[in-house]
Amino acid sequence: MDALELRKTVVEELMRIAPELEEGELAGSRPLREQVDLDSMDWLNFLVALHERLKVEIPEADYAKLVRLDDIVAYLKSKQA
Amino acid sequence: MIEFKLPALGSDMEEGKLLEWKAKPGDKVKRGDVVAVVDTSKAAVEVEIWEEGTMHEWIVQPGETVPIGAVLALLLAPGENPETAVRPEIAPVRPAAAPAPVAAPAAAAPAPGARRRISPAARKHAEDLGVNLDAVEGTGPGGAVTVEDIERAAKAAPPRRSAPPLLGEEGKAVQPTLDRAAEMRRAIALAMSRSKREIPHYYLSETISLARAAAWLEAENARRPMTGRLLMAVLTLRAVALACKACPDMNGHFRDGRFAPSAAVHAGVAISLRQGGLIAPGIHDVQAKSLSELMRNLADLVKRARAGSLRSSEMSDPTITVTNLGEGGVESVFGVIYPPQVAIVGFGTIARRPWVEDGEVRIAPAVVASLSADHRASDGHRGALFLAEIARLLQQPEKL
Repeated sequence: MDALELRKTVVEELMRIAPELEEGELAGSRPLREQVDLDSMDWLNFLVALHERLKVEIPEADYAKLVRLDDIVAYLKSKQA
Repeated sequence: MIEFKLPALGSDMEEGKLLEWKAKPGDKVKRGDVVAVVDTSKAAVEVEIWEEGTMHEWIVQPGETVPIGAVLALLLAPGENPETAVRPEIAPVRPAAAPAPVAAPAAAAPAPGARRRISPAARKHAEDLGVNLDAVEGTGPGGAVTVEDIERAAKAAPPRRSAPPLLGEEGKAVQPTLDRAAEMRRAIALAMSRSKREIPHYYLSETISLARAAAWLEAENARRPMTGRLLMAVLTLRAVALACKACPDMNGHFRDGRFAPSAAVHAGVAISLRQGGLIAPGIHDVQAKSLSELMRNLADLVKRARAGSLRSSEMSDPTITVTNLGEGGVESVFGVIYPPQVAIVGFGTIARRPWVEDGEVRIAPAVVASLSADHRASDGHRGALFLAEIARLLQQPEKL
């Protein structure tokens, strides 16, 4: 999956958790949790959804790397490679 | 015969609208079966029955709104014969708390509360058009109200609003709406006003180090598969439930002038809804469940609360409530008690703070735990012991 497809997948899963979200509103370069109201349960559900869809393990220790949408896409890309 | 009544699905509910029957006449039901789905202003709730029997007669039809305590259906008790069973007198069903229309054609209105002949289609139509059925003259057989009668009435009268006017700033009435958010706001306002009017709250707080709990959780989650990962909220929930065993005067219901403690801890969890508003359904028997089980229960509860699909027992019997407002970044939260409960425990955000232990300053993740408790059921001293017990339990996460 290329970066564009990954981004689409990430946004899809995000919108499943936060249906009020509009895709155009998301800035890839700003911290995600500043833009979307995600509590720790939402966050975990979001990562588990990505894990199940992309078969990627995301250890808790890596949460700190997953701040912006761009970071998440890059992280998933590196994990897939 | 067994009367199946509409239960109170939370302290902020006054009436409910029957959406659907899950058992039809002739169906056998047992304790815990879901027999109906009822819409409160907050969610569609699956209503369970707590007696065994056979569904006999539906008294309330889907689409009707009735007050708490109204008989929804009659059931035959095991061994009862439909031919010989005594049918209890049932008070006529009245639309619950519907404000009178401003310009109702009063002459056409029958005696209030009289059971009228209205076809389900006409009833549905009346609701869609916002027509007050009490004000409609029936022209069908035996004075039955027909769809045509509803349409005629809809043209003649302004639509009925289902919520009484809300007071805006400076006490001015604002435009009422049928909006769910407004209904929920009103329900919360009622319950919280009642709480602040009736319950003498006292408030305590304590800052608790989560250094041990966080370290344990990190190691535990690293070992678990992603789908089995735990949240700190589950540890704090479990600590509250175990502390209730040590301080039983925080857990139970205050009714009829006295406090009745509960042996089981059914912990209400405050869940904010994405469209606004708040709901606090309970997880049953938290004192008897493992962390993994609680995590599954909590995830399921949040999901169903947001989807608007909860069970009546989850809404009606929490014995204490826990609220986590830390996600929003606030340091502490002092909750308002949900009557008839007597305590609500709040957790603020988990933040790294200077912490003195063994005469040394360290940096530790810490949380402010707060307690709002009912002074009729306990005193500050007991409340302090309760918070101290929660703090102690969180220092031994492996035992939770």
